[in-house]
Amino acid sequence: MSTQASARVAGIYEHPVREAPDTSTPQLHADVAAGALRDAGLTFDDVDGYVTAESPGVLSLADYLGLEGLSYVDSTDIGGASYVAHVGHAAAAIAAGRCDVVLITHAGRPRSIDYDPGHPRRNHPADAPEAGFEDPYGLSFVGLYALAARRHMHEYGTTSEQLAEIRVAASQHAQHNEHAMFQDPVTVADVVDSPLVSDPLHLLDCCVVSDGGGAIVVASSDVASDLSRPCPAVLGSGDAIKHHGGGALDLTDTGAVESGPKAFDDAGVTTDDIDYASIYDSFTITVLEAIEDLGFCEKGEGGEFVEGGTLQAPDGDLPFNTDGGGLCSNHPGNRGGVTKVIEAVRQLRGEANAEVQVPDCEIALAHGTGNSIGTRTGAATLILGADR
Amino acid sequence: MTGERPVPVPPTNPETEPFWDATADGRLLLRSCADCKRVYHYPRRQCPECASTNTDWTEASGRGTVYSYTVTRRASEEYADATPYVLAYVELKEGPRMLTNIVDCDIERVEVDSRVEVVFDDTGSGRALPRFTLRVGD
Ligand SMILES: [Zn+2]
Repeated sequence: MSTQASARVAGIYEHPVREAPDTSTPQLHADVAAGALRDAGLTFDDVDGYVTAESPGVLSLADYLGLEGLSYVDSTDIGGASYVAHVGHAAAAIAAGRCDVVLITHAGRPRSIDYDPGHPRRNHPADAPEAGFEDPYGLSFVGLYALAARRHMHEYGTTSEQLAEIRVAASQHAQHNEHAMFQDPVTVADVVDSPLVSDPLHLLDCCVVSDGGGAIVVASSDVASDLSRPCPAVLGSGDAIKHHGGGALDLTDTGAVESGPKAFDDAGVTTDDIDYASIYDSFTITVLEAIEDLGFCEKGEGGEFVEGGTLQAPDGDLPFNTDGGGLCSNHPGNRGGVTKVIEAVRQLRGEANAEVQVPDCEIALAHGTGNSIGTRTGAATLILGADR
Repeated sequence: MTGERPVPVPPTNPETEPFWDATADGRLLLRSCADCKRVYHYPRRQCPECASTNTDWTEASGRGTVYSYTVTRRASEEYADATPYVLAYVELKEGPRMLTNIVDCDIERVEVDSRVEVVFDDTGSGRALPRFTLRVGD
């Protein structure tokens, strides 16, 4: 069923904090919920759907937030892609008449609670069936993405310098974001000369570790029509997961191979129609593979595609992550899906930072890549259209 | 791997215990499906390809090639002091790609497609952790 335009993004809010040592995580949920509802011109009383993937869970957080009369809840957890998926799920629920106003909140404090430069792998319970065959080997998120990068380089000749172009573009955008963790532009040389964390990935190939969060309000078109804010339409969405397959995992592509076409078909648009793209950037390789898998270029040609400023707003062919993304600005709670949607909405409203606002931005894509493309990964693609 | 090489005790369950018991004898087991002939790893009763439960253990040759690898230079928990070490996917001769470490060799010599063979690191708990080392000669 197409989700075409029966639902709209009515409100967004990204917490400005990047380090929150003295704030509880539920408090951050409350901050971002209030912010997104205020942005929409709605109140907590208007909410009849609530979604979060975070611990301690949707029951606990709905209680904390005082949400009552909920007719729709969702706690889908596909890693960092979750909050991109949630918007599509909310739109489908609205289209099915289950609810009218869905509040989606994300928050986390990895920087304050358990910051570790080795980036330990989390959320892997010992009773997971794969635990004995993965945990003893010293896996890390960066290590698993590094395996993908190495294989991509081997098969397609992709270089560290090409991966670095992705960080360079993000840093060019981050200099205009007063809340970005890293606001200084970097060069290709800066990236490839930064310390190797897990080769071939360097420190500057990795996203930030930040506290914070964000929220999104998805509303029915009926509700949205009474609001004073521009409310971009949910034109299409698609989810997928990709896993180990009993030892058949191909490290050179991601779940975007499936989630992308679903979303494009749902929206009735093609890659040529995309004016702006938020593309999940846990690591530079995450972006490169997703660009290929979403069809912006052929498989294996991502390295060439990102050279020469392709990703740099406002003039590049595919302006991406104009907030500075997870690489430079924010990766709250080790999950960046919510900020991917938020920046896409800013672009469609014409509210991105002026230097990076894409002129006449009509159609935007937000794509999430969750958990690890080195083992099991979630994918969610969302296509939004401007409210004009 | 430099210095102390961690040998964490793997979590096991009734479905995977035969795999770990075999490691004590220096044998690497895979699962094989009698219906679709798929050989797979990690082991489980139900074939991930065709959903048949007509599956059984099969002994692997212990030989394969490096599908991908990374030299991990920053790590946490028990591996924090073990850097640099090689995390890899080895593609076994029988087909499956398995996560593992490449050990007992000059890590600078590890490449994609390097030929490797299994070694077993005693966990001290009656089971061993299968890892791989570069294979020389034929
Ligand atoms: Zn089978």
